[in-house]
Amino acid sequence: MKGKGIIISFISILTTALIIYNCSGGGNSSNFSDAASKVYVAPGSYDEFYAFMSGGFSGQVGVYGLPSGRLFKEIAVFSQDPETGYGYSEESKAMLMTSYGFIPWDDAHHPSLSMTAGEHDGRWLFINGNNTPRIARIDLRSFETEEIIETPNSGGNHASPFVTENTEYVVASTRFSVPIINKDVPINTYKENFGGTISFISVDKNSGKMNLAFQIIVPGFNYDLARPGKGLSHGWAFFTSYNSEQANTLLEINASQNDKDFIAAVNWKKAEEYVKQGKAKTMDAEYYRNYYDEEKQTAFSEVNKKVLVLDPKECPGMIYYLPTPKSPHGVDVDPTGEYIAAGGKLATVIPVHSFSKMIKAINEKKFDGEISGIPILKYDAVIAGEVQDPGLGPLHTEFDGEGYGYTSAFISSEIVKWKIGTWEVVDRIPTYYSIGHLMIPGGDTKKPWGKYVIALNKITKDRYLPTGPELTQSAQLIDISGDKMKLLLDFPTTGEPHYAQAIPADILMKNSKRIYELEKNKNPHAVKSEKETRVERSGNVVRVYLTASRSHFKPDNIEGIRTGDKVYFHITNLEQDWDIPHGFAIKGLNNSELLIMPGQTKSILWEPKQVGVYPFYCTDFCSALHQEMSGYIRVSPANSNVPISYNK
Amino acid sequence: MKKIISALFLITLFVNACGGEKTDISSGDSAKEKLAQKFGLTSFEYENGIGPVKEKITLGQIDMIKSKTGEKIFTEKCTQCHKLDERYTGPALRDVISRRTPEFILNQILNPEEMTKRHPEVKKMLAQYATQMTFQNISEDDAKSILEYLRSVNK
Repeated sequence: MKGKGIIISFISILTTALIIYNCSGGGNSSNFSDAASKVYVAPGSYDEFYAFMSGGFSGQVGVYGLPSGRLFKEIAVFSQDPETGYGYSEESKAMLMTSYGFIPWDDAHHPSLSMTAGEHDGRWLFINGNNTPRIARIDLRSFETEEIIETPNSGGNHASPFVTENTEYVVASTRFSVPIINKDVPINTYKENFGGTISFISVDKNSGKMNLAFQIIVPGFNYDLARPGKGLSHGWAFFTSYNSEQANTLLEINASQNDKDFIAAVNWKKAEEYVKQGKAKTMDAEYYRNYYDEEKQTAFSEVNKKVLVLDPKECPGMIYYLPTPKSPHGVDVDPTGEYIAAGGKLATVIPVHSFSKMIKAINEKKFDGEISGIPILKYDAVIAGEVQDPGLGPLHTEFDGEGYGYTSAFISSEIVKWKIGTWEVVDRIPTYYSIGHLMIPGGDTKKPWGKYVIALNKITKDRYLPTGPELTQSAQLIDISGDKMKLLLDFPTTGEPHYAQAIPADILMKNSKRIYELEKNKNPHAVKSEKETRVERSGNVVRVYLTASRSHFKPDNIEGIRTGDKVYFHITNLEQDWDIPHGFAIKGLNNSELLIMPGQTKSILWEPKQVGVYPFYCTDFCSALHQEMSGYIRVSPANSNVPISYNK
Repeated sequence: MKKIISALFLITLFVNACGGEKTDISSGDSAKEKLAQKFGLTSFEYENGIGPVKEKITLGQIDMIKSKTGEKIFTEKCTQCHKLDERYTGPALRDVISRRTPEFILNQILNPEEMTKRHPEVKKMLAQYATQMTFQNISEDDAKSILEYLRSVNK
């Protein structure tokens, strides 16, 4: 009898819980325990996917696991990182050089994985800096930034850095048109003086080295997003634009007048031919390319002074405008390459263009006039279909490879699933709140991995414990393996996640670097054994060549430094064991600590201003005797005779 | 999977135990074997360490060319923790060849992590020195050169 009572009360508790849950409207995950088991990655087990999410205004890239949503690493890209010394250390400072000087921050938007044959190959990750136009390349063996190239003749590098089918190019364009070449003109001369550019940056297929191959001068609209074609449409790239009104003030009203703006369709293979034929003009420009030399473990800058520019007026057949309602934002190409879906931000439908209709329309010259040598194709001649009732403010579309598109709708905070070909909406799910981009693993490739869609939300409001006025950003993991989308998990992200990419873990794991081999360390300031450690003075520059190993620095007692000296610490981590970094910090260091990986050498400048004895220590808990891993430096007055000395 | 492994392990133990009864070995060896078994090791491992070196090697005259190479590698990869005549991060090594078998030294260089986890002698050292001997990414050939060097410095 007692047992029965317990069962009955259990059932009633369960029922009550279900009722409460169903009334709370917590968000469409029909069964919490079911959802929990789908995102649970047991301690010591690995996630199925790596996800790379833009850090937005943090300037970095976050590396997460899916389906758990766990954060593994923030890769320092455009912003200085005091945790590792990136952008502070002597070796890495050059990475953040631009034609505007040293810029320690940017607004990172769109991570893009490199591709081979239209599929993610796991070699590199590219990401744009929106503010000071740049593109970075991250090496996915080391998860470190290896190269940053500036794009000249650009303002707001937003439509970037989307990758062609075999990573022939990453593309870029101007969100904010500017005078090309930039000059001092009244802002209200926008229509005469302002222009846009579309840039193609080639990527060396072995080294990954980026080179600004050519730019196309285009009318001064705001080019917003891009997607190269694939499969059928390989050889083309598509760029959305808004502000075809060419307004220069109060754009929210003045750039929302026209019923249709444009998608620019660029035949880049044709552009390559024109470059080969010498149709490109050489224009003066100044832009930096910064690269990290892995052997020297040092970043270097090269300054480029010329750029090849193509003018559509002189290059027929290279670029066309596809009229597209209304201030379109995203432009996304389905896995076959036939369909080009636009996120008509202010439109009431999702217009989907057909690539083969576009080619036919070009051949049959179904034009509606032209702008600056760019023919405008007739809307009816290129449109494949319109998704009706797609939610308010459709922005971006990803594909599952099963015949469906998934579009984010910002204003109505939802994801809308629609069928390619019939254009009917088959499912929709709310997001919390104000979704921007969305991402399906491989959802921009010829063969999506599918399984999940991630909502990248702009606003979280009441979803998490409040943390003052500034709240966390957020992603939501949604199961798309069945007919109905199911919300599985909310997880916070750092910075503002714009776009993201995901790739099966086993593609990257096997190549992940563990150490830097000491033998290959060609840093000019490396010391390979304690025997080589030393302190050298030359004028007021002192170089301290230190080694770090568990659990001491060598040398650890240094004298003969004077106020006003420039002291460079060059520290080599002699360890060759995985996961044994050492840190370095000294009292009064004005820049940042260093985190030095096994076999790596890093350098930092310290300028002592006051006499005294300064402790330094290892900041990364390395061993049981980590607390002992420390030393002292004696700083004497500027005119002192204390000679340089150190323990050998 | 884990279950299968432990089952195999038990079977192995059982077979080994039976094997021990049958083979004709001296009582000293059998005592050693029992001791090794207590730590889950074979008697070879107990004496010569756990790692890629799984059988006794024959040492001839000290190879002075290899010893020179060994000295260079020792300076680059070992001296941050080991001196010949005084304790540093790890023990002094001048007489290590008298204290350990050559195979033990090689396995300790090549496989320090597993040695620390499983070998009772190395576990004792961890307690004494507090820092696990570090993996230095040394090839078997280079480890043999270091061995020649350590043989050459032994008094």
